[in-house]
Amino acid sequence: MRKELKGIAASKGIAVAKVYKLQEVDLTIEVPSEVVVTEEISKLETAMSATLSQLDEIKAIALNKLGEEEAQVFDAHKLILEDPELIGQVKAKIENENKDAATAIMEVTDFFVMMFEGMDDEVFKGRASDIKDVRKRFVANVLGRKIPALSTINEEVVIVAEDLTPSETSQLNKEVTLGFVTNIGGRTSHSAIMARSLEIPAVVGTGNVVEMANDGDIILIDGLDGNVILNPTSDEIASYQEKAAQFEEEKKLWQEFKDKPTVSKDGYHTELVANIGTPNDLEGVINNGAEGVGLYRTEFLYMDSTELPSEEVQFEAYKKVLETMAGKPVVVRTLDIGGDKELSYLKFPEEMNPFLGYRAIRLCLDRDDIFRVQLRALLRASVFGNLKIMFPMIATLQEFRDAKKILFEEKENLIAEGFQVSDDIEIGIMVEIPSTAMMADTFAKEVDFFSIGTNDLIQYTMACDRMSEKISYLYQPYNPAILRMVRNVVNAANAEGKWAGMCGEMASDPIAIPLLLGMGLHEFSMSATAVLPSRLQIASLSKSEIEQAIDEVLNLSTADEVEQFVKERLM
Amino acid sequence: MNKSFVITDPVGLHARPATLLVNEAGKFASEAKIVVEGKEANLKSIMGVMSLAISNGVEFEVVTEGDDAAEALNAIAEVITTNNIGEAK
Repeated sequence: MRKELKGIAASKGIAVAKVYKLQEVDLTIEVPSEVVVTEEISKLETAMSATLSQLDEIKAIALNKLGEEEAQVFDAHKLILEDPELIGQVKAKIENENKDAATAIMEVTDFFVMMFEGMDDEVFKGRASDIKDVRKRFVANVLGRKIPALSTINEEVVIVAEDLTPSETSQLNKEVTLGFVTNIGGRTSHSAIMARSLEIPAVVGTGNVVEMANDGDIILIDGLDGNVILNPTSDEIASYQEKAAQFEEEKKLWQEFKDKPTVSKDGYHTELVANIGTPNDLEGVINNGAEGVGLYRTEFLYMDSTELPSEEVQFEAYKKVLETMAGKPVVVRTLDIGGDKELSYLKFPEEMNPFLGYRAIRLCLDRDDIFRVQLRALLRASVFGNLKIMFPMIATLQEFRDAKKILFEEKENLIAEGFQVSDDIEIGIMVEIPSTAMMADTFAKEVDFFSIGTNDLIQYTMACDRMSEKISYLYQPYNPAILRMVRNVVNAANAEGKWAGMCGEMASDPIAIPLLLGMGLHEFSMSATAVLPSRLQIASLSKSEIEQAIDEVLNLSTADEVEQFVKERLM
Repeated sequence: MNKSFVITDPVGLHARPATLLVNEAGKFASEAKIVVEGKEANLKSIMGVMSLAISNGVEFEVVTEGDDAAEALNAIAEVITTNNIGEAK
């Protein structure tokens, strides 16, 4: 059946392929009326070997894509599966208590899960999730149900899901995943950001694509305008192929700007840099001619792991990014976890408002044992390139001073231990909390740079949860309140001879770009794919002309008036 | 045969080092167990080893029993020290 859906265009491009539904596997057990012990034992053994070979397959992929350390997790999973205690108890339950295989596995593993969850040590608590992971696969195999495994997809598909978690997105294989479409989310949700960094088309927030699509349907997604068509006609496919060809043409035009500096029509130079999540994103950074990395989100190192990543693992990742960027600036944001980003192996308090709670620098200052490992890895990597360190979610000057103090302590420790550490590391902060935007003049005396994180700054200034679709009208980047704050931050930086950048989605928004240029923003950090179109746009703008109009824009009353003004006069 | 160690891995005997030990113990016919603070676990069982939740600085003993007990103990000790899991007491 042909159906049209409308969502939010999250990542540019067009894809047509088979639907691959990413759904939690149904593990409801139908207990047979009469349990035949020999049958259950043979089911158990078949499922066991199936699970082992699946784990081998996933491990091989992880080894290839993520490296030795990450792949070892699957060895642990295999050992859990083959554990003599575990399997012995499961068999005993089948033989002595007449349980079916699936129920026996659930009951035995429940005992171990409870035991691990009850431990005081956070690292061991995390093992409960490993056991749950293994048993999900094991029980699904006993029941003959398929577990969706993104990393093992081997034909071209478009993924259809309620939402994609960061760790799911990191498993995506670009070769076969032509795009994805989700029920929930907006332009700034993590799945959307990841799609842009992977450079695959995506449409998010369709509301009901999961309910509408079936495995095997053909789906067309248009990440340029947010259109989705299930089982499109051949005419529709042809007309979208034309649209895709036009998009490719446009991309070619952008390519002409690849190795050029970013200069406005009247000769003002700004820096266009890219946001990355992992070293794998560097290819896109280079291919799109970014002048550096403006935001390296280090939380993926933590989220893609089953335990706190060691100093060595982190050092290797940072070193790789710095070396690949070959002297171009790399701004690394220290761990920004909490809010909607949790770690299976670290306990977070239950809070009414996690976005206003224990997260990012707040967590790092409280748990400086975790923070110091990251800072040491960064400091050691600093000699391999042009490193700048940035602290997230700074609300008070005291937090910045405390974080900086810990950084300097670790620097001294490393030097005492005989390591080399660069002396030219700039230390800056994210400006994403209104208190910090208001106090920018005071901060500017102590920090080396600002990077305005508009996704959170808008959410906090407007008191608008950016994941809540009912109030999405309040998410207003062009609201004069936001623009005035941005100007305040840029002016504060200028007054002290520091620099101010922006690493939120707003930095690549064609409506916002003229205003940011006019205010004198020094650095624009965005998804790699946005760099070239933004460079093209800036080349067509005159900074001095826009500068004249900035006061007028900031005195407009509403976001709509601002948008209209820009469209009529500044584009 | 037995030998005592103290954990030096800062996060304790967690999944990765436990995996290495269980893999090594599995290569031998001898029984192998780990004893800590009066509790013990089968060193060929990852769940058993991890359920002891041995954290940094804790002392433990590896006990092997069987025909190749000496080889097993040496091999396990080697894994413990070369992977910085712990050091001999």
